[in-house]
Amino acid sequence: MTYIVPPGLYALGDPDEDSPVLVTANYKMSYDLVRRAMHRHNVWLMVLETYGINVWCAAGKGTFGTDELVRRIEACGVSKVVRHRQLILPTLGAAGVKAIEVVKRTGFAVLFAALRIEDLPDFIKNGMVATPKMRELTFTLKERLILTPMELLPGMKAQLIVGVPLAILAGFHHGSFEFYRFMVAFCIAVAAVVCGTVVSPVLLPVLPGRMFAVKGAIVGLTCSAFFVAALRASHSAVLTELLALVLIMSTISAFYAMNFTGSTPFTSQSGVRLEMRRCLPVMACAGMLGVLLLVVGRFIP
Amino acid sequence: MKGFSYLPDVVTLTLDVDACIGCELCCKVCPHCVFSMHNNKAVIADRDSCMECGACALNCPTRAIMVDAGVGCASGMINQWLASLNIRFKDNDTCC
Repeated sequence: MTYIVPPGLYALGDPDEDSPVLVTANYKMSYDLVRRAMHRHNVWLMVLETYGINVWCAAGKGTFGTDELVRRIEACGVSKVVRHRQLILPTLGAAGVKAIEVVKRTGFAVLFAALRIEDLPDFIKNGMVATPKMRELTFTLKERLILTPMELLPGMKAQLIVGVPLAILAGFHHGSFEFYRFMVAFCIAVAAVVCGTVVSPVLLPVLPGRMFAVKGAIVGLTCSAFFVAALRASHSAVLTELLALVLIMSTISAFYAMNFTGSTPFTSQSGVRLEMRRCLPVMACAGMLGVLLLVVGRFIP
Repeated sequence: MKGFSYLPDVVTLTLDVDACIGCELCCKVCPHCVFSMHNNKAVIADRDSCMECGACALNCPTRAIMVDAGVGCASGMINQWLASLNIRFKDNDTCC
């Protein structure tokens, strides 16, 4: 399945020479969302070559950028199709498009519209003026939840490489391998990933701390406390193992929560750099100490 | 952005008010409404909301705005770092 739409000029509905010209990326989902939002409208849609990447990420990379826009304006012959000289671009494309350079090179004025595609019809109806609400980013529970599978699945895959060996290690007890202990340890490893990739993003605004790793560590610590309580109640755990459980679980959760920074619309590069510089060494130490305790635990009767 | 704020006092955004000609383009392109207008000049009203996307600096006609633009993505930075060490995974799950 390909998610790329051929770049060029498309007609939505029955546009004429006075219809607005919208610009989007050639990621199929971007294209389809614009088509859906502009249902029953007569507009031109200019699709830029962004190699199947969405507007925001492509603008960051520069593919949804000034050069590509200028090239596409010339290549698709839009100046022969419409009388006016105005293009409507998504606001999030502004990181890649220098409006004054586009007008200098092509004569087309660039208008940055609303942030969300679904506000486009209202933006046009409002006389091409964005209301404050159209210019305000949101990050609702639903918007956060939609993103979690893309964090959870790679996290689970990684646990086959990291979690399974750790669980096998934890499965050895008194010199013999006990499947039950392996399963408990593996469940803990899976739960740790869920803490960082699902629970932390969902609870993001209510978790204490500014750094995502701190938020994730808090979720991991809380979850590990429940496991510690359960294991203590079953009298089957050694102290070193419980400590290892708390350390490893918090570290895994913190790491995945930190990775969620890239999925949010409000973290800065400088901020993430600072967070990583502060938190990665702590995570590395905590993780290694956890594994060390797990290994040491094998030799304690 | 309501309900969300990242680390304070860390972004690289600067504005040279003397160079500002009051075109308001920075206000229009900023997804976090970091700028507002005061006496026909832009001012940084909400600096800590800046996510360093670079849209304002790119679009400022007089280069009054400077920012070290980039993406605030930890996994992206880790991948970059690994690539610089020539470590590559066969199955690369990067998003963009």
